[in-house]
Amino acid sequence: MADTQRTAVHARGITKVFGKNQNAVHALRGADLEVPYGELVMLVGPSGCGKTTLISILAGILDRSDGSCEVLGVDPQHLRQGARTRWRGENIGFVFQQFNLIPALTAVENVAVPLLLLGHSRNKAIAAAEAQLDRVGLADKRRQRPTQLSGGQQQRVAIARALVHEPKFVVCDEPTSALDADNGQIVMSLFADIAVQGERALVVVTHDARIFHFADRIVRMDDGAVTDVRQQASDKTPKLHAHS
Amino acid sequence: MNRIAIKMLVGDVAKYFGILLGITFAALLITQQSSIFTGLMSRTYAFIADTSLPDLWITDPEVKYIDELEPMQSTALDRVRGVPGVEWAVPMYKSILRGRLHNGTFRSVIVVGLDDATLIGGPPKMVEGELADLRRADGVILDVVSAKTRLASWSAYDADGKPVKGATMVPMQVGDSLQINDRRAVVVGLCEVSRTFQSQPVIYTTYSRALSYAPPERKQLSLILAAASPGTDPTELAARVTATTSLRARTSDEMCWDTVMYYVKNTGIVINFGIAVLLGFLVGIAIAGQTFYNFTLDNLRYFGALKAMGGSNLLLLRMVLLQATLAGVIGYGLGVGAASLFGMQVKGSELAFRMTWHIPAISGAAVAIICALSSIVSMIKVIRLEPAVVFRG
Repeated sequence: MADTQRTAVHARGITKVFGKNQNAVHALRGADLEVPYGELVMLVGPSGCGKTTLISILAGILDRSDGSCEVLGVDPQHLRQGARTRWRGENIGFVFQQFNLIPALTAVENVAVPLLLLGHSRNKAIAAAEAQLDRVGLADKRRQRPTQLSGGQQQRVAIARALVHEPKFVVCDEPTSALDADNGQIVMSLFADIAVQGERALVVVTHDARIFHFADRIVRMDDGAVTDVRQQASDKTPKLHAHS
Repeated sequence: MNRIAIKMLVGDVAKYFGILLGITFAALLITQQSSIFTGLMSRTYAFIADTSLPDLWITDPEVKYIDELEPMQSTALDRVRGVPGVEWAVPMYKSILRGRLHNGTFRSVIVVGLDDATLIGGPPKMVEGELADLRRADGVILDVVSAKTRLASWSAYDADGKPVKGATMVPMQVGDSLQINDRRAVVVGLCEVSRTFQSQPVIYTTYSRALSYAPPERKQLSLILAAASPGTDPTELAARVTATTSLRARTSDEMCWDTVMYYVKNTGIVINFGIAVLLGFLVGIAIAGQTFYNFTLDNLRYFGALKAMGGSNLLLLRMVLLQATLAGVIGYGLGVGAASLFGMQVKGSELAFRMTWHIPAISGAAVAIICALSSIVSMIKVIRLEPAVVFRG
């Protein structure tokens, strides 16, 4: 049995099949995953191996076909639609590859969105969002719109948005793939500094080998299954390139 | 989240204006065309509306509307006067005759002959002279608009009878004369009347003089105007007159509707205007609907992100509905406002334009349908949206 006191995610034999009969595509074939609180776990592997499908199931935005899954003590698939949406809003933080910041909103408004979705008052949400933007070093960019920010800054806003409601579990899909090497290091360093805490777990899907050193554990996947789990002593310092 | 929904809508300026353009154009076209239609229809019964005194309009049983009157025998008037509940009844002549102006040109004119004794049925407003001036020899009263336009003549003509260069229009005035059916008529007054559907000049005179203008016929009584005695219901009296005299008695309202319905049924006016209104509606759906749908498609990844982050379907639907409603209200306001401005600009011109309260209501309903149809397609897209879409590139 998993130690639910220390384990945020406990997934066993997860399978996911898209389509039926001859058109069936097996995205996951019995994937197992444990994510302890306070750890940053990286899911790595070739494209199409099922990494994104797995975090979608863990985050409760996709139903599995088989297997068992407990995230933060509950099986999201057993929750009704409304309860599951609410559970996601309260407990899960999302960081997307393409940031998905709403272009018409300012940085601070984008960060406040998860709190507004939870029904917080606008003033309270904006105050919390400003504090979070300050933590990611973008206090002076609060009135800027996403199009006025660099890629790295946009991803930092997205991180602030993912953390503003103090989620217990954060899923990140290729958070550095749209960034240059240095910005990728800065973003991951930020993750390591402010996101990884004793009461929070992070799963990062990535292809970017340059950020592997931030991970506490690297989980390799191939063909829909976990093939290797490697615990490592993480090094949270960014490896920036020297510019001439 | 309402604020965010609105910011998302107005933040995409090009699409926002596209949606507004579609709705505004639809509201404008529907309101404007409906108002012109209503204006034209109200012109069909303008003569009845202008003649406010009588309660009943009594005609030959075969008459269907005010512009095609089958003459009655003059004894019909006495029969009507004998019906209990009739306070008074007076004859009226109304027909289109040919008028010849002093420059030799001919014009078709509507000649209205009023009861010699009472002059009941006269124009609603005198501009110059008095109604009683009709009792002067050969006296006629012209409608002022026609006096300035169709009955006006040029200040100078060449040998071929064409106006010379630089000639000005000279309105027909009090004291001028014309010929109606080769009989002399002298203008003794000018009046204001509502424009009629045919837009022909209206000439008022006395009943007996009108009969002298009219070609000789066995029957010459066009209309009988009657009033109900105090305490008598005009509708009941109309039924009584019909039952007693076998003539067709209608209240003023009924006569107006008979006339409107005749034009509706016997001309293509409803189809013509209906097509224009339908076109506005379809264009509204096509432009606003398509642009709104594209707007939703462009924002689908953000809706997906909101869904993933805890936004319920209900919340997202509310956002889409708010966006559609806001665009609808603004577009409707702009469209109806533009149509109203158009109406103010053409006031007093030949163009018929009458915006009753029903028209903005109908236009509002049409815009609501456009917005509903536009947003329903977008809503279906948002409801079916899998939140997992946010992880797909």
